[in-house]
Amino acid sequence: MTDDCENVLVAGCNTCVAVCLTGGEKEAEQLAQQLRIARRREGIRGKVDTVTVLRQCENEYLDAIAVQVEEADIVLSTACSIGPQGLVFRYPRKRVAPAMNTNMLGYVREHHVWTEYCAACGSCVIAATGGICPVARCAKTLLNGPCGGSRNGRCEISPEVPCVWQEIYDRLAALGDLDSLKRIIGPKKWNLSNSGGPRTMKKEGFEP
Amino acid sequence: MKAGSNLEQVLESGVFTVTAELGPPKAADPKVIIDKAGILKDHVDAVNITDNQTAIARMSSAAAARLCIEQGLEPVMQMTCRDRNRLAIQSDILGAAALGVRNLLCLTGDHQSLGNHPQTLGVFDLDSITLIRMVRDMRDGPVFQNGEEITGLAPQLFIGAAANPYADPFPYRALRLAKKVEAGIDFVQTQIVFNVGKFEEFMRQCRELGVSEHCRILAGVAPLKSAGMAKYMKNRVAGMDVPDEIVERMSGAGDAQDEGIQVCVDVIKKVREIEGVAGVHIMAVEWEAAVPEIVKRAGLRE
Ligand code: SF4
Ligand code: SF4
Repeated sequence: MTDDCENVLVAGCNTCVAVCLTGGEKEAEQLAQQLRIARRREGIRGKVDTVTVLRQCENEYLDAIAVQVEEADIVLSTACSIGPQGLVFRYPRKRVAPAMNTNMLGYVREHHVWTEYCAACGSCVIAATGGICPVARCAKTLLNGPCGGSRNGRCEISPEVPCVWQEIYDRLAALGDLDSLKRIIGPKKWNLSNSGGPRTMKKEGFEP
Repeated sequence: MKAGSNLEQVLESGVFTVTAELGPPKAADPKVIIDKAGILKDHVDAVNITDNQTAIARMSSAAAARLCIEQGLEPVMQMTCRDRNRLAIQSDILGAAALGVRNLLCLTGDHQSLGNHPQTLGVFDLDSITLIRMVRDMRDGPVFQNGEEITGLAPQLFIGAAANPYADPFPYRALRLAKKVEAGIDFVQTQIVFNVGKFEEFMRQCRELGVSEHCRILAGVAPLKSAGMAKYMKNRVAGMDVPDEIVERMSGAGDAQDEGIQVCVDVIKKVREIEGVAGVHIMAVEWEAAVPEIVKRAGLRE
């Protein structure tokens, strides 16, 4: 992808992706180093630089690296996919590519293990499900209890995957609140999710 | 009468009811349905037409249901939430009702990763419970899911669901069925019963919750074909509970198919004694020919 570019800039992002050990300063530097070696082996001329900002999801941080961006023929962003799109927005003439595949909003359940916890569905139900999300964590986004495939706390899709409805059941049982499982939830308003089209949020009273 | 289907009439009359299963082919050939319907027709009260069962693409259940009606066999059309959103489900319900379908079984559906198109998008706009509520409202409102009135003929459907006494968490299973009753089901077919003891306990909980008063419960049963199938179901199939003693019976049998039929007949005789069991649902997948023999040996057509 960068073969035809003389100057490559790897742009790191030092917040979420840094704590996920995927796209912070250190990982951006590692990627740059791998690229340098590969490019040297292929006999490609030019240089690979790095720059890392605190957050690639805000204009002011992207504006601060204008000099480095202008100098590069391509910018590889190691941020979540908001980063490369922010760069495209700020630098409309620049070639930009993602260096990461963004796959979820996760929680660090154990060290080095990230688990999907939220699908940003726009109409949060977890107040009714023991504070545990069945939209992101049930393979069928079920809102009304475990399907017939739940077995020994595992999901029907794989013994590796926990059944989140077992977790919800256990928690509500421990809280003595199994009655809340009797309530019918839904049908869900999917129009509030990405299915209703891309969403924007404005915070009143914070206009510049 | 809510829908006036044959299944509803038989169940309401108090006669011990028999349903079976008919899987549509992975092809466009109507003859497969016609032949299977011919085998089952005189032995059961209605037959389930599966809907892309185990997430494998097959002839549509509505079309297969119509072919069945033409053969004089009443279909129970299955409808899952996996492949259609509420728009598609409602339109298929109107279409199926127009073609004469009078029973609908509302299911969540197996996850698409278990089938033959694992890369597809799973829809799950609704789940089985919100699907049941929607179908009931289409019949009794009559309104669409959005609350808009159905001004013409409303779909007259006898509404069913599935229940699995062998899934976890066990204490929730009867509660879940109670929730389906509240959502609007008229009947339920259970997962295949091999472990009768656990099923009895499930039925006790159902009676306690008043479930068996408000909906007719058909116990799922099935003939095993071989000892290998018994072991496979025991170890590999999600949500199945095959006790060791049945695996042993199958392993020790001279004629495995005959023994499989006998095991099934024995289960039928036991579940028939349980208070609140209104009939059986015989799941002889790709072995329709076993159904007449099971019905005969179990004395279900006297
Ligand atoms: S219900 Fe929606 S918003 Fe709430 S945690 Fe789940 S996906 Fe996120
Ligand atoms: S087994 Fe549990 S997590 Fe998996 S689809 Fe069923 S309810 Fe959802």
